[in-house]
Amino acid sequence: MRAKTFQGGVHLHYHKEATASKPIVEMPEPKQVILPVQQHIGAPAEVCVQVGDEVKIGDVVAKAKGFVSASVHASIAGKVTAVGPAPHPGGRNIMAVTIENDGSGATAYAAVKGLDALSADELKQMMQDIGLVGMGGAGFPTHVKYFPPEGKKIETVILNGAECEPYLTCDHRLMVEEPEKVILGLQAMMKAAGTDDGYIGIEVNKPDAIEILTKAAASDPRIKVVPLEVKYPQGEEKMLINAITGKVIPSGGLPVDVGIVVNNIATAVTLAEAILEGKPLISRIVTVTGAVKNPQNLRVRLGTSVNELVDYCQGFTGTPGRIVLGGPMTGPAQYRLDLPVTKTTSGVLVQDRGQIKLLESSPCVRCARCVDVCPYNLMPCMLGSAIEAGDLTQAENLGIMDCRECGSCTFVCPACRPIVQTIKYAKSKIAAQKRKNS
Amino acid sequence: MNSIIIASVMLALMGILFGTILAFASKKFAVENDPRIDEIIAVLPGANCGACGFPGCSGLAEAIVNGGAPVNACPVGKAPCAQKIAAIMGVEVDENAKPRFARLLCQGGKAERVDRYYYMGVADCAAAQLLNGGPKLCEYGCLGLGNCVRSCKFGAMRINDNMLPEIDIDKCTGCGACAKACPRSLIKLVDDSYRVMVRCKSHSKGPEVRKACKVGCIGCGICAKNCPANAITVTDFLAEINPELCTACGICVEKCPMKTIKFTFETGEAKAQVV
Repeated sequence: MRAKTFQGGVHLHYHKEATASKPIVEMPEPKQVILPVQQHIGAPAEVCVQVGDEVKIGDVVAKAKGFVSASVHASIAGKVTAVGPAPHPGGRNIMAVTIENDGSGATAYAAVKGLDALSADELKQMMQDIGLVGMGGAGFPTHVKYFPPEGKKIETVILNGAECEPYLTCDHRLMVEEPEKVILGLQAMMKAAGTDDGYIGIEVNKPDAIEILTKAAASDPRIKVVPLEVKYPQGEEKMLINAITGKVIPSGGLPVDVGIVVNNIATAVTLAEAILEGKPLISRIVTVTGAVKNPQNLRVRLGTSVNELVDYCQGFTGTPGRIVLGGPMTGPAQYRLDLPVTKTTSGVLVQDRGQIKLLESSPCVRCARCVDVCPYNLMPCMLGSAIEAGDLTQAENLGIMDCRECGSCTFVCPACRPIVQTIKYAKSKIAAQKRKNS
Repeated sequence: MNSIIIASVMLALMGILFGTILAFASKKFAVENDPRIDEIIAVLPGANCGACGFPGCSGLAEAIVNGGAPVNACPVGKAPCAQKIAAIMGVEVDENAKPRFARLLCQGGKAERVDRYYYMGVADCAAAQLLNGGPKLCEYGCLGLGNCVRSCKFGAMRINDNMLPEIDIDKCTGCGACAKACPRSLIKLVDDSYRVMVRCKSHSKGPEVRKACKVGCIGCGICAKNCPANAITVTDFLAEINPELCTACGICVEKCPMKTIKFTFETGEAKAQVV
């Protein structure tokens, strides 16, 4: 079968070999965790513990505030030592709960009934209760996706195993090591959505994952494993849907507009663990890679400091030049390491100082390479020029709001123009204007 | 021959007909326009710079006549222009209104500041601010990427070698475009009553400021203690000078351990002599 794909996109060097074949290592419980109340898109959760409170693993420390929000659970057992602003990967200090480990490992959750005994509504409630969010990087609360707006119906659930970001292998290892949980998670999602149509999309550079999951899914004819061509951004929602089903999400629309929900592999595994053990979202797999002595995939408690992760991988080789949380294409670069691992931290990528090229951006040469690669059919060069001229209306007419900031245009630009940054900046400006006018 | 006569007559008749319609329409649908608007447009500089905050000179003229904008709203034309407009409007110019100038509330240039990361991206302060709150360790200080300079329509600003905007007081019209353009609100419009200023906006605690900048206000309060006129207060780790009480004796300028307090108009600048 020919691997499916979409139009546009770029071919990158993937650098996955450093960690792709290394099994997931359980990192020991940290002495202290910092749990920010904002680890998702939507309203920040509300802190519901006080300094001095004793908490067990799985206790809610911050409650979801409103529908589009997600609760935060204690990832270690111990005492709450601080509630207040703390460093956050977003760059600003954000309200967080600090817990000191007492070493007891006491848990506050118990196994529930299992998938067969759970109804669709109970499953949706479970997603909300365990604080499940999209663990690929965006962090959109998962349960929201399963309440389609009036008049729309979910017909298909797609699991995103493309992992198109270079360096990252956390989803790859999950698929290889825990295929039953991936399948169980997808089955639960299909039940919650009330559909019999499930896909798992995997890029063909992970043949072992495709083979193992095809075998694991053999017992359930509703689930189809789809090999996808290796291309960036294959794992982006719109591209994935287009590649697997051929459907196109309208401009400004959501996957649910074409009756589809897309979830990440790690999200499915977390949901499966909640069904099997009752465990909320308290840990995740993080790929620590690049210029570290022992790159590996770690199972890390949320709130563990990035510093400890690097130390666990035996420190840097050489002088780090850039440290990115997530993949190199979309992950935010960081200037400090005392940051907590959040629900969306898929990787810690260290680049050596020698690897970093200081590029001087020059005027656009109108080569239109960015137009060729833009998977959203935008004209990034025109967008860049319009924004530089301060013409935000023109930028909106050119469809700036459809840009999902995948970074392909900046990657191919021979003039080294920071196109994505310009677009991000303009989007924030447009959003601010809209807030002001409404 | 006949056809030429017919055509000429037809054209003449049509001309008369349409002429009548147009004459009637111009009377019937005439828009009442205040003649003062045209008179004011004639005395305004006509640069359409927008420094007054209205869309061009005609916009300002309309606002003065209909919207109650002050007659001295044009920062470019200044007093002579205001006098003429006041004569047209039949009002007195507010004599107390003093010219204002833009001043930067930060001295932390490249030589004084500490950076937390190397920024390479769009040369725009607001865009840099979006990246983890900007490359500068000080959360309040000037990023030096020149949004203010680009907003200045009078060429009164430039970024100097120390990566700080410099304001040419002779060219500054006090329009305030730079103050609006600054994402950190570091530009203050002052008139000549502000003779001494605290050139810092940091509300961080002393040790943090020392780490981030050589010339930031650490909130030590030495200036407040030594001020003979009691014009200085320190709130939230930042000194503030009350211009009404300040006598410009210069003691605070001398005592400030961080050299944050400076005379508003340094000697050498043309307006300093006026003050």
